[in-house]
Amino acid sequence: MSWGVAGLRVSFGPTEALDGINLEVPPGRVTAVVGGDGAGKTTLLRVMAGLVAPRAGTVRRPRQEQIGYLPTRSGGFRDLTVAENLEFVAAAARLPGTGRRADDLLERTGLAPFRKRLARDLSGGMRQKLGVVMAMLPSPAMLVLDEPTTGVDPVSRADLWRLIALAAAQGAAVLVSSAYLDEAERAAWVMVLREGRSLVAGTPAEVTASLPGAVVDVDAPTDPARAWRRGPRWREWRPNGDPTAIAPTLEDVVIVASLAAETGRAR
Amino acid sequence: MKAIEARALTRRFGAFTAVADVDLVVETGEIVGVLGANGAGKTTLMRMILGLLHPSAGRVRLFGLPPSRETRRRIGYVPQGLGLYRDLSAAENLSFSAAAFGVAAALPPPGTGTGALGHLPLGQQRAVAFAAALQHHPDLLVLDEPTSGVAPLARARLWDRIREQAGAGAAVLVTTHYMDEARQADRLVLMAAGRVVGRGQEADIVGAARAVVVRTPDWSGAFAACEAAGLAATLAGTEVRLPGADLEAVRRALGASGVPAELSSAPATLEEAMVLAAGR
Repeated sequence: MSWGVAGLRVSFGPTEALDGINLEVPPGRVTAVVGGDGAGKTTLLRVMAGLVAPRAGTVRRPRQEQIGYLPTRSGGFRDLTVAENLEFVAAAARLPGTGRRADDLLERTGLAPFRKRLARDLSGGMRQKLGVVMAMLPSPAMLVLDEPTTGVDPVSRADLWRLIALAAAQGAAVLVSSAYLDEAERAAWVMVLREGRSLVAGTPAEVTASLPGAVVDVDAPTDPARAWRRGPRWREWRPNGDPTAIAPTLEDVVIVASLAAETGRAR
Repeated sequence: MKAIEARALTRRFGAFTAVADVDLVVETGEIVGVLGANGAGKTTLMRMILGLLHPSAGRVRLFGLPPSRETRRRIGYVPQGLGLYRDLSAAENLSFSAAAFGVAAALPPPGTGTGALGHLPLGQQRAVAFAAALQHHPDLLVLDEPTSGVAPLARARLWDRIREQAGAGAAVLVTTHYMDEARQADRLVLMAAGRVVGRGQEADIVGAARAVVVRTPDWSGAFAACEAAGLAATLAGTEVRLPGADLEAVRRALGASGVPAELSSAPATLEEAMVLAAGR
């Protein structure tokens, strides 16, 4: 069974939060939703977690107890220890105990020495790791992680991505959001949201190949409205192609798609 | 001219050395990025440069002078938490910080309205924080993850403004955890355990660090086999990467599991190099 949404629309009063979203979240795959603040990532993840009702469209998701959900900046109950947080999850999920799986997950994330520490006394990265371990502990069919790596340093981020990969390798459908495109390259499938709509979607290679025209690397732009900085040099979008085209990064492609959406010059 | 010149800069907290023997020079017109994991010493280094913390040894000079209120006037600082009042409007925030520096307030960025700043999207809040830091025409900009959480196009626009400042002669020091941001700098400095462990362009920082790349029709099998063998694996789309791993060790782990795979060795990514430098 593949989970996902089709023709999804969500509105909050007069505000259209999501408009016409189609997304598959199959088992054994990491699916990433990327976008800036306010793009609709959290709303989409909350729909999949069963916390927001759609105005239109279909939602296919596992039974509620088969979903592991990590909201943004959560990471466990502050006044419980690491061990108590896991015991709470085990009891809520009616597991016989936290067991070997908890030990294994704590070992992998470097949290094992901190079992008796209160969650509030953990560093930001450790708390996020605790949150992901809590969501994973009952081996849910679908894991929904809202910006698990935001504000987390690169070492903890690497640990978090190992956990995310582990969950998918063990068969879970994993849906993860991020504000960063360099993270999206780790996922097998990416949807970039902008103002509640899908800007580009596909495997990272498909997204990169979808670029209309070409991106060039130049000293000085010919059309500043279509140019952006990359270090001391410029990248520029040439909608009609260019023989000096470079291989664009995901970030380049998303900037181009945003420019196209903004200026109404979309294909 | 050197906007920042730190020589053998050291800071100890009791028996713990947070920053050890760091040399750092930022020239006017230059954008320098400081990278490092938590605990690498970035924040302590920044606080010494801003004059908020005294060094235990070594020295800092800003525009050739020791840090003081006078040098602080020439610095524009955007902390990660933005340092703005969420209950005030964009214009009120700009008036407040302009008054602190004794200069005329700048106009708020377009679209930031008259309501409380805390209700604006993060990208606009960041644009206001940036405008606040620029009002007194600083000669040195110190930015802590300036575009975290901002959509790519808005991030590109913010970096256009940062580049404009450098083009007009300001020195810029940026700390970041994110590679997309690190690539905007002219030069990078990598810190680990309080020391500078790498300097230069991205390729210089990565240096000799490499990763084993596993191409396979069964990424989950390959991932599980590597993890079971105690090799730290990570995912890159449908490939498995093992930064710093030994190719033969990976080959043995996969061979034992019977997972079909094609192995190669590739330069580490900037992020992988940072993780390796942190000793993990």
